[in-house]
Amino acid sequence: MSARLHVHAPGMLTTVQDAGRFGYEEHGVPPSGPMDPVALHIANVMVGNPPGIAALEMTLQGGRYEVLDAPCTVCIGGGAGAVQLIRVDGSMRALAPWQAHKLAVGTQLSIGAIEYGVRAYLAVAGGIAVPSVLGSAATLTRAGLGGFEGRALRKNDVLSIGASEPPAWLRLCAPEALAALQPGGPIAVVLGPQDDHFTPKEIARFLAATYRVTPQSDRMGYRLAGPAIAHRNGADIVSDAIVTGSIQVPGNGQPIIALHDRQTTGGYPKIATVIAADLPRLGQCAPGQELRFEAVSLATAVQRWATLQQGLAALEQALCADPDFSIFPLFLTP
Amino acid sequence: MNNPVIPRFLPAGERALVVEFGTRIDDAINRRVLALASLLRTQHVGKNGVQAIVPTYRSLSVMYDPQRLSFEALRQLLLACIATLDENLAPATRRWRVPVCYGGAHGADLVSLAAAHDLTPEAVIALHTAPRYRIYMIGFLPGFAYLGGLDPQLHTPRRAAPRTITPAGSISIGGQQTAVASVAGPSGWHMLGRTPWRGFDLRRSPAFLFTAGDEVVFTPIDDDEFARLDAVFADPGWVPQPESLPGSEQALTETGL
Repeated sequence: MSARLHVHAPGMLTTVQDAGRFGYEEHGVPPSGPMDPVALHIANVMVGNPPGIAALEMTLQGGRYEVLDAPCTVCIGGGAGAVQLIRVDGSMRALAPWQAHKLAVGTQLSIGAIEYGVRAYLAVAGGIAVPSVLGSAATLTRAGLGGFEGRALRKNDVLSIGASEPPAWLRLCAPEALAALQPGGPIAVVLGPQDDHFTPKEIARFLAATYRVTPQSDRMGYRLAGPAIAHRNGADIVSDAIVTGSIQVPGNGQPIIALHDRQTTGGYPKIATVIAADLPRLGQCAPGQELRFEAVSLATAVQRWATLQQGLAALEQALCADPDFSIFPLFLTP
Repeated sequence: MNNPVIPRFLPAGERALVVEFGTRIDDAINRRVLALASLLRTQHVGKNGVQAIVPTYRSLSVMYDPQRLSFEALRQLLLACIATLDENLAPATRRWRVPVCYGGAHGADLVSLAAAHDLTPEAVIALHTAPRYRIYMIGFLPGFAYLGGLDPQLHTPRRAAPRTITPAGSISIGGQQTAVASVAGPSGWHMLGRTPWRGFDLRRSPAFLFTAGDEVVFTPIDDDEFARLDAVFADPGWVPQPESLPGSEQALTETGL
């Protein structure tokens, strides 16, 4: 029998996300998927899952989840701060993130405020089992599509977990390996497709400026505040396609970065596009955080993605067994 | 191609290439977009790093895997495709006769829109049902169809105050455009009427009825017929069928989901 998870507290916005829903943009359906795909990838690998399988994405606040029916192996990745294991007798113990834990029936995971960035991921061996909608488990709340009933989790929802083999060993991810994966610095962009709607002076202004992520930011996109960018000939264009990372400049000159739950088409000029390798750390930006942009070539963008993938592969190779538990793989986390 | 127009090839990041045929809403430009979309769908999407396409009014975006296909190699592939296009044959392969209940509870803005143009509501309905529209683009929300071909007498600036929610099946006008909404959503457009058809229903196969390039003709129905059809199409086993246009049998089988 597979485990289930009982949601006692859902956090502020917790949704089921897998790698994303691809191939339906010409039908108006965006990809959705994790705002921090690197964190989802690693959390899944830690529990022996394929990297893109469905897990919970928690925003700002984690929540409390009880294991039902059968033991299960979990890993909390992303920006989680304090995580407590609450035993059946009510006693508690702190759990480390980025580490696999095998939980007994009746224990609860209590995940507090997200302290590093804004999103954390709860991966469970076997994955969160929800019906596949257009080929994906990702939730698009705006359209009521995918995930758990097309919506964010609520108190007393019960999630099914997919079947999995018992883990041979519990994995531990070295923090320094994680830190090395994504160097900081400005968010890299490729200029265009509508950079010709702006003078070189305005593009230079955009690249020199510091922008702040405003509270009007969510999975659809980040609205930025900072130096206004002027258009050559007005802010309206005939709608064309938007991609994840498109930086649109509406009439007020304040850029909007389109993210995973974005519309598929839009009618503002797009000055630049965030490269894929920088989307994961962008997805962890909190309201109030400051951002700068640097323009890179297409070749650099492709190279940085390859470097990130090599880093992920190396990290998977370097995963080590939890020294406390590795020789007793069938033991539960006490 | 009869009228060789070389489009612009623009990067949208390192995983999408935009083929920009023009910058305006224009029938000839959209024909080129849809002709290329049709060719790519049948011959290239899903192969050799070409992952997906998004045709719009005036451009077509190609999503690709830059580890398998460079921007330049994709540009060359697209140039070769464009050289073989015949946009006169391209667009409509199917025609949908979409029943619409105009005015009343289903079209709250019919009367005010008619008044704004010094027309009667009946005249607005006649003008709106006369054209054979073409779906220029699907976007905004899952299955939301933007139509080209609206009579200029009905061009109407968008509402000053958008509605936060409008029902699935809404038929509306905004600016030079008219649209069929597939799911409920916010809208700043004028609500003319509603179709009992579901443009998007996950329980049904195909989940999406409309594809960019399809033709649409509106047929007026009354409240009773709306209620009857609404009950019929609540059952996902009832799938509205398009008319097949001449010479389009192959394309028909390839556009379904």
